[in-house]
Amino acid sequence: MSIAAAGPGFLSPTGVEIAFLLVGLVTFGAALVTVTTRQLVHAALWLVVALGGLAVEYLLLTAEFIAWVQVLIYIGSVVVLILFGLMLTKAPIGRSPDADSGNRGVALAVAVAAAVALVWVVVDAFRTTWIDLDGTVAGSTKVTGESLFRNWVLPFEALSVLLLAALVGAIVLSRRAKADTAARTPQAQGDRSTGRSTDRSAKDAKDTKEGSR
Amino acid sequence: MHLAYPAVLSALLFCTGLYGVLARRNAILVLMSVELMLNAVNLNLVAFDVWLSRTAAETLHSGQALTLFTIAIAAAEIGIGLAIVLAVHRNRGTADIDRLRDAAESPDDSDDGPDSDAAGARAAEKAEVTA
Repeated sequence: MSIAAAGPGFLSPTGVEIAFLLVGLVTFGAALVTVTTRQLVHAALWLVVALGGLAVEYLLLTAEFIAWVQVLIYIGSVVVLILFGLMLTKAPIGRSPDADSGNRGVALAVAVAAAVALVWVVVDAFRTTWIDLDGTVAGSTKVTGESLFRNWVLPFEALSVLLLAALVGAIVLSRRAKADTAARTPQAQGDRSTGRSTDRSAKDAKDTKEGSR
Repeated sequence: MHLAYPAVLSALLFCTGLYGVLARRNAILVLMSVELMLNAVNLNLVAFDVWLSRTAAETLHSGQALTLFTIAIAAAEIGIGLAIVLAVHRNRGTADIDRLRDAAESPDDSDDGPDSDAAGARAAEKAEVTA
């Protein structure tokens, strides 16, 4: 209790805390809408709001470089990739009734139980801990770059090899699937209705165009 | 700032992603929920790094370095995941993970068990879909 009395109290939040709380509420709400909405494209767009809110939280925690990397990579490329995937799998534009599977109740129970346990443990553990945000910036580009290229060079290079492997793997996966589909196309046309197969060939042409880019 | 704020927000975001992974049926929505969970971990890493870099005299800034690594691995994961989802959608015509049950052992069709070849299983599934 003496430690708790030493730090600033809960009942006198600073401006940074209020801003963090408000942005956190927006982020959490956007995340909830992302996992519950029935419109697939809207889910991807709410994911942008959640990730952008997290970037603002990083800025409030004085981790500037991470914040801009978050904006560039998550909002710039991951969400765009997800939107590409939604379009290429022909996701319905309007409401899709089967966005959620049948075990929603069990999933909700598991998630609420995990949330209660985690929040309880975390609040109990870090009740008397404060981050000192004054003074020098903890995550400026200079600090992050120095630590990354002094202490973390080998993991950094290994990670670049992993990214290259992932790139090659993605190309190989889509190549083999395309050859497979080309070999299978007459059978597919025999099997399915004609509208469906012309639809498929149009999509395959689109895939080829994207793959050659 | 109180450390409980980012920690609680991170826990709540993680559980939101957990609910999405368990409850969603479209594979791309599951991938989006996985992204939410990874972001919750990133927020935890950054918050604890900022806290520890003030209390410790010498720091490696491991939290921020690991956050950058997590972001890069998440980008690789979403690329590979979407390639797999697109390949499955091209072969099956669906991205619905509830319908991809080739590995499940069902008692009614007994020829699924010994048929461990992937292409054979795929052909069997195709015949089952068209029948």
